[in-house]
Amino acid sequence: MNAVVAGITYRALLGRRRIILLLLLPLALIGLAVLLRIFDGDDQATTVTLMQTFAISTMLPLLGLIAGTGVIAPEIDDGTIIHLMSKPISRPVIALTKFVVAVTLLAVFAALPTYVAAWILVGNEDNIAAGFAVGSLAAGVAYAAVFLLLGVVTRHAVTIGILYALVWESLVGNLITGARTYSIQRWGQAIADQISTSAFFESDVSLSFAVPALIVVTIAAVLYAGRRLRAFSLTGDE
Amino acid sequence: MKIELSEVSRWYGNVVAVNDVTMTISAGVTGLLGPNGAGKSTLLHMMAGFLAPSNGTVTLNGSPVWKNHRVYRDIGLVPEREGVYGFLTGWQFVLSAARLHGLSDPEEAARKALATVEMEEPKDRRVETYSKGMRQRVKVAAALVHDPAVLLLDEPFNGMDPRQRLHLMDLIRGMGAAGKTILFSSHILEEVERVAQHIEVLVAGRHAASGNFREIRRLMTDRPHLFMIRSSDDRKLAAALVRDASTGGITLRPDSLEVQATEFRRFATLLPQVAREEGVRLHQISPADEDLESVFSYLINRSGA
Repeated sequence: MNAVVAGITYRALLGRRRIILLLLLPLALIGLAVLLRIFDGDDQATTVTLMQTFAISTMLPLLGLIAGTGVIAPEIDDGTIIHLMSKPISRPVIALTKFVVAVTLLAVFAALPTYVAAWILVGNEDNIAAGFAVGSLAAGVAYAAVFLLLGVVTRHAVTIGILYALVWESLVGNLITGARTYSIQRWGQAIADQISTSAFFESDVSLSFAVPALIVVTIAAVLYAGRRLRAFSLTGDE
Repeated sequence: MKIELSEVSRWYGNVVAVNDVTMTISAGVTGLLGPNGAGKSTLLHMMAGFLAPSNGTVTLNGSPVWKNHRVYRDIGLVPEREGVYGFLTGWQFVLSAARLHGLSDPEEAARKALATVEMEEPKDRRVETYSKGMRQRVKVAAALVHDPAVLLLDEPFNGMDPRQRLHLMDLIRGMGAAGKTILFSSHILEEVERVAQHIEVLVAGRHAASGNFREIRRLMTDRPHLFMIRSSDDRKLAAALVRDASTGGITLRPDSLEVQATEFRRFATLLPQVAREEGVRLHQISPADEDLESVFSYLINRSGA
């Protein structure tokens, strides 16, 4: 970890208008929870549906994409990354720092609002709020790593990330059962299911697969991102 | 400290950007001169550890530069692209560089670097409000903050006004005199002449010439020159000039002569002499290929021969 790299990355992501991108979805989630509470939709079944369809399968991957690619891709695009990389700091440390920044952003802008929204609806009943918050955080860690790697290896990180999150995880994952096993958000849901005791919620991926998968994907993606940064090349200026 | 390039080539697919370059950059100021697209940036990126050579080696005092972040203790890099965080102030930008280097007194180092480039007054303004020249200077300050032994600058004078340019030239000359190893790239001969003790010329990816500016100037002066001449009797003048060995070739145009002079100095005395002897009045003599591109193309043909 490098505090200067982290500081610059936070400022780049939270400064000015960019923070609005990170705030929009969590505010929408909490707004929906408040509306459901007002109009008597505050039962466990509705809460679980809101958490599954919005918090963890729409908001989390999109925020993961904004935070994961946002910590590095814009700097690579405009060349400012040279400022960090022309210093005696190992490139894997730069990658790790950027990853940690993305994870903390997801904890604040995804996991925490997920807890708050569920709590508004059902309080701490059957650990639904805690389950989805921890599940979001665990999946958020993996999303941060994968999207950081995408931001390092391709200039089309956002497009590819959206295709993965929306087409593979949401569309294909909903239609083909087998695809669900290879979906970060389903791994997060497996953890949520383990913590929550609600009868309205059952994950279709086992915890014994989800946890190792999250760990392997996260570590592999961060390591590979560090390796790719070591071989970062400046080309085509002439 | 010295940077050594040994048989360095870099290609992108089938395109060769740098072709078998061997050179040593030692203490003092070296200018990397070449037209746009000659491969100067590619070569500089390889020296700075931001590009792997396809072939050959680039070392700093014997250590490979590629994939070696330790070299940045000794290297300061001023890239051509802006590469400055617009949301930081000049002070924050230079201070962050000092901290990234892990200096013991980063504030003092940042203050000193900003003073060196005369950017103390606007240091608390955000970089995005700076002019191009100011951004350039703040980049130089960030590159100098750890007092590196080697400084690499890619087209550092671009976008600077004349006063800032002179100031940076003085700064570079001073650091070179103090024993630092400095390399800067430029496509403007006059710029390089004024600052560099040593010049490396790169043309079409090849190392076309090397020497101090007097040697490079001589090389450029002694090359064949093309002149356009208008006179009272072009045909008579052509017939007289062609008899001398310093005249390479003559083309008779409807209203002028195009003369290729193989030996510049001899031709310069020959022309008025012949004109006087033949009774021809000279109306106009103008160099037809004084642009840098033709100088470079001469050098590349010469180095390829």
